[in-house]
Amino acid sequence: MAISPELDEPVVVRDPMRTARVALYRLLVYGGLIFWAFVSLAPIYWTVSTSFKAAVDVTRGHLIPWVNFQPRWIGWRSLGLSPNTIFEVSTPRAQFISRFENSTIVAIGASLLALVLGACAAYGLSRFRYRFGPMRNTDLLFFFVSQLILPPVVLALPFLVLYKELALLDTHIGLIFVYTLTVLPIVIWIMRDQFNSIPMDLDEAALVDGLSVWGVFYRIILPIALPGLVAAFILSLVLTWNEYFFAALLTATNAKTLPVMVASQTGSQGINWWSMAALSTAAIAPLVVVGIVLERYIVKGLATGAVK
Amino acid sequence: MTNPSPPTREGEFVVPPDEVPAGRKTTGRIILWAASLLLVGLALVQTLYAAGAIAFGFATWRPVLYAYGVWGVALGVGQVLTRGEKGYRALFVLPAALFTLAVAVFPTLFALYIATLDWNLSSVSGPHFAGLDNFIQMFHDAYYWNALGNMLYYLAAVFVEYAIAFALALLLNAEIRARKFFRVAFLLPFMLSPVAVSWMIGKSLMEYRFGPAARLARDLGWQTPAFFADPWTAWLSIEAMDAWMWIPFMVILLLAGLQGLSREVLEAAKVDGASGWQAFWRVIFPLMLPVSITTVMIRVIFKFKLADIVINVTSGGPGGATDTVSSFIYRVYRDRSNVGYGTALAIFYLVLIIALLLFLLKWSNRFRRNVT
Repeated sequence: MAISPELDEPVVVRDPMRTARVALYRLLVYGGLIFWAFVSLAPIYWTVSTSFKAAVDVTRGHLIPWVNFQPRWIGWRSLGLSPNTIFEVSTPRAQFISRFENSTIVAIGASLLALVLGACAAYGLSRFRYRFGPMRNTDLLFFFVSQLILPPVVLALPFLVLYKELALLDTHIGLIFVYTLTVLPIVIWIMRDQFNSIPMDLDEAALVDGLSVWGVFYRIILPIALPGLVAAFILSLVLTWNEYFFAALLTATNAKTLPVMVASQTGSQGINWWSMAALSTAAIAPLVVVGIVLERYIVKGLATGAVK
Repeated sequence: MTNPSPPTREGEFVVPPDEVPAGRKTTGRIILWAASLLLVGLALVQTLYAAGAIAFGFATWRPVLYAYGVWGVALGVGQVLTRGEKGYRALFVLPAALFTLAVAVFPTLFALYIATLDWNLSSVSGPHFAGLDNFIQMFHDAYYWNALGNMLYYLAAVFVEYAIAFALALLLNAEIRARKFFRVAFLLPFMLSPVAVSWMIGKSLMEYRFGPAARLARDLGWQTPAFFADPWTAWLSIEAMDAWMWIPFMVILLLAGLQGLSREVLEAAKVDGASGWQAFWRVIFPLMLPVSITTVMIRVIFKFKLADIVINVTSGGPGGATDTVSSFIYRVYRDRSNVGYGTALAIFYLVLIIALLLFLLKWSNRFRRNVT
């Protein structure tokens, strides 16, 4: 597999062997790309389309709307989100909306908190020399990043017991703390490398101009590090929005999140596919939109620092 | 995990020495002492109250948490007051450090304590000390060792995922049309929730009567396409779902690495007359090694946490073939309410993880030195 195809492009002598090889190469590349795009998108298409199918269309395996099945709002009606039920009172919808709100509050809250804590720590570790007892910068960085390896099962029970004593069970803020912890190492990892890629001369020039260290950080460096911030925020959002393990153990009624709701419906509804499909679609839709809109920031944010 | 090289430009700004007046220093110390006293005092009162030694106290431990917050703020203020410019710099790391101490280190230590208890949430007697009983029981628990064994297969699969992800990253990095479309399409599975994927793929796409995957398998000649009935197919199905969700993440990291490679090196390789295949193994692969190691390490770390899909699709079955350590411990909590035992299993797991990651880190460093 050739890597940089533009090197193949400028063909001076058009000999047929070479043209054939280029054609074969293109075929392989696009074949691979289309195959994996299909693998990636087919389950999503299946879920979205199933939410519009009646039982008979599911059992017969009809796949193409309007050609072999007539799309109906059947799945969305059961959630209270179809056009004819949207203005009526609906218990499932109220329940869904409350779960959706919980997920939104917790995911955005935790991601923002992790971003604030992580960006500050990463900037400090990138710019200054610290000594906390025997710990120096590299030790501190290792201390922060190594928290990533803690499996949720280790923390789950201590949190259950501690949160009970602290009256934090089934609250938004309790879940936000746990989620912040799970994404903080990633934020620090991305942001420190991001800051390392910004020359120190900028800081020094701004200091000479009379800004304080915090002024330099906030006004000069942070705006430059924006791609990294966005990448870190998206990664945090993905991990917190989709988190199931802690949510299942630490929430009951008030702060229940969408994944917990989806999981609890999976067992109970059996063959009721259209409503499960609608629920799954609604649960994944926000991040699919985020992915489509902000995709370029992720690679850009990681490319500037993290993986170099 | 991160670049092993130490930070290259830990800087020291030229800052005029900040003279801190003696009065300010004293104020800072007093504030810190007062807050420390408040924290220790509250914790002491609450401990005695919880133990039943004194009659007054709070209904919950929440005030102690607030006191910890106040103490954190006082520590920050104290740093600024007593150390001036250096204090301002310490403020960058202090919040994250205090947060991590409270939310990660303290609960982990607490977990060590719980692991030595015989504590069943559904029994009335409450917790009592059991020493190493939980760990002894663990060594006779065939299900736990089965789950640990499964983890080895799951970990081995990471290298297959890595190979696929690398190929996909190379495809995306090639000169192609509709690059934006392919990049977004490849990324999307990563954005989905494992629980939703459990239903979307595990429970409907692979459903043996009506699922399109089962239908396709029947058309291809597999008469009884039950994806979760026999151990190996079930394991493969779970692994496929997990790989489907996480390959995009590896692709992103590898793609970011590929885009960071300098054009000159690649062209030099081409001028040397290397074929695409040779150029890959001689130039690109060695250059990508640091990124590859980071990618595989992160993937391994997340593989250790694999649980959601298993819990929701197979509950570890059939016969424990798909069980992961996390999903097994989850069932110990949920079904048996056995807090002490479950935590002991988790602690042992953590020790294994740390040992394995340290080994991987050493091994990958040696590997890197040999290749480059």
